[in-house]
Amino acid sequence: MTEPLFKVRGLKVALPDMTRKPPFGRAPLVEILKGLDFDLPRRSVTGIVGESGSGKSTLGRSLVRLIEPTGGTIIFDGTDITHLGEQGLAPLRHDLQMIFQDPMSSLNPRRTIGAIIAAPLKHNGLTNVGARVAEALERVGLPPAFATRYRHELSGGQRQRVGIARALALSPKFVLADEIVSGLDVSTQAQILTLLERLADEMELTVAFISHDLSVVRRLCKQVIVMRMGEIVEAGPTDTLFAAPQHPYTRELIAAIPLPEIDPDWLASTPVEEREIQAPSGA
Amino acid sequence: MSAPCLEIEGLSATLANGVRVLRSVSLTVEPGEVRALVGESGAGKSMIGKAVLGVLPPSIRVVEGRIALEGTELGKLAPRASRALIGARTALIPQDPLTALNPSRRIGPQMTDRLVKILGWDGTKADQRIRKLLDDVRIREPDRVLRSYPHELSGGMRQRVLIAAAFAAEPRLIVADEPTTALDVTVQKQILRLIVELQREHGTAILFVTHDLGVVAKISQKVTVLYAGKVVEQADTAALFASPQHPYTRALMAATPRYTDPMASLRPVDEAVLAGLSAEIATADRNWKPNARGSGHD
Repeated sequence: MTEPLFKVRGLKVALPDMTRKPPFGRAPLVEILKGLDFDLPRRSVTGIVGESGSGKSTLGRSLVRLIEPTGGTIIFDGTDITHLGEQGLAPLRHDLQMIFQDPMSSLNPRRTIGAIIAAPLKHNGLTNVGARVAEALERVGLPPAFATRYRHELSGGQRQRVGIARALALSPKFVLADEIVSGLDVSTQAQILTLLERLADEMELTVAFISHDLSVVRRLCKQVIVMRMGEIVEAGPTDTLFAAPQHPYTRELIAAIPLPEIDPDWLASTPVEEREIQAPSGA
Repeated sequence: MSAPCLEIEGLSATLANGVRVLRSVSLTVEPGEVRALVGESGAGKSMIGKAVLGVLPPSIRVVEGRIALEGTELGKLAPRASRALIGARTALIPQDPLTALNPSRRIGPQMTDRLVKILGWDGTKADQRIRKLLDDVRIREPDRVLRSYPHELSGGMRQRVLIAAAFAAEPRLIVADEPTTALDVTVQKQILRLIVELQREHGTAILFVTHDLGVVAKISQKVTVLYAGKVVEQADTAALFASPQHPYTRALMAATPRYTDPMASLRPVDEAVLAGLSAEIATADRNWKPNARGSGHD
């Protein structure tokens, strides 16, 4: 048994609630993550699913330490990174990479694609940057000539390939993929996901795949964490979770997916509107 | 009733530079029927909805074809009469309820505006009507909602408000432009159910624009598949899912994720299919002679 790449215990995050901020003085804190325990096993893709406001993105941002937790511990590859400062994190940063939801806003419009991919390489003092950029582009199925282009010259799918190329240029141990296909068409989505699937396997990556789409998670992830209102309601191997979902919320999430199949009973099935008036039920 | 609720025939539209963005689109929506208009981004599905509602951006020019609402051809009416007809017979359920609502006005007046100012109802009648529909979309505290500003409501609530507003004036046709795309799946299901419930109760026809074949399967009776402004396939929804005829439709279905069959779904669209489509479109464009070009410049 190898140690998991991430060991997370009692993770709590509170963020300022700007809607309740008084005109002067600090906004009161609101607890976003309410004490989460989980592991991310090495060299496998873990899905983190939930609806908006469930805290899945906050969880992802805590893993790569864009957010400092207010409680609990995050052990990454044997190092406690929970409260490490920027200096402490610096030697780990190349192993903690991100692919963002919207490549249009995460790629600098005034720099060439080559310069964008080269930036992390140069920052880490690597030589032979040109060849490495070409290699990174090739890995995601883009011709080396794309290095001289700008973001606006690319289609949505190509932009997301660049986002992946940048994240993987340093051969990281961990990649956070936060809703990376939610803005894309289904045909492009299929290309990007099969690409990520292949690269995760080839480069032996550990991936946290954040998504609201359980169908996509079913295909891509070995295990799944289902979140709701800052808590984990259910977690386990993907096959088991889909074959026999334990928590009513998981069942409801699965039942709410409209499959591309004729089913006259689907709309009337399961009383979904009841949930809104129900108090949030604990696990 | 013999005339379809909506009839679009040979509709072509171009950008200022002459590039065709709609390519001889023909489709009909019968009274009380839901027709899904499905395609990927850039397919022109929202543009067709905008053309029906008479709100195409000025950069897009309709160069041929006709649009008729219940047998009345819009192009033959004076602009004012055409707008009046569209206003009386149709309504829109937009994609993003937050941008569709005025952030600085309360929900109540925004919902009654259309009834009072455009259809000339008196205030009390409009108010009663709105409350009835808020009840239909299961809003339990109508007073609070009517007094709220848009930002005080959740996404699902805002979408319910807009659905209620769309049905309030008893339109014959509703254009629903990706009304659930921004919502969580469980909320999406509630909203789809509400739309279908009201649609059946009121006998309203819906042109339902979506990119999601799953949604198409669940709510429509007829479906039109678009690619690059061209109708690729039209069929009864059940027939389309039973045996899709066009390679692109088949590819789109294979690319759509399914949790019930993860390995067979999410297949990238074959390059050959796209090449075939491009060839089809090139041929169509070569053989196309606009019979009523616009004046040439704006």
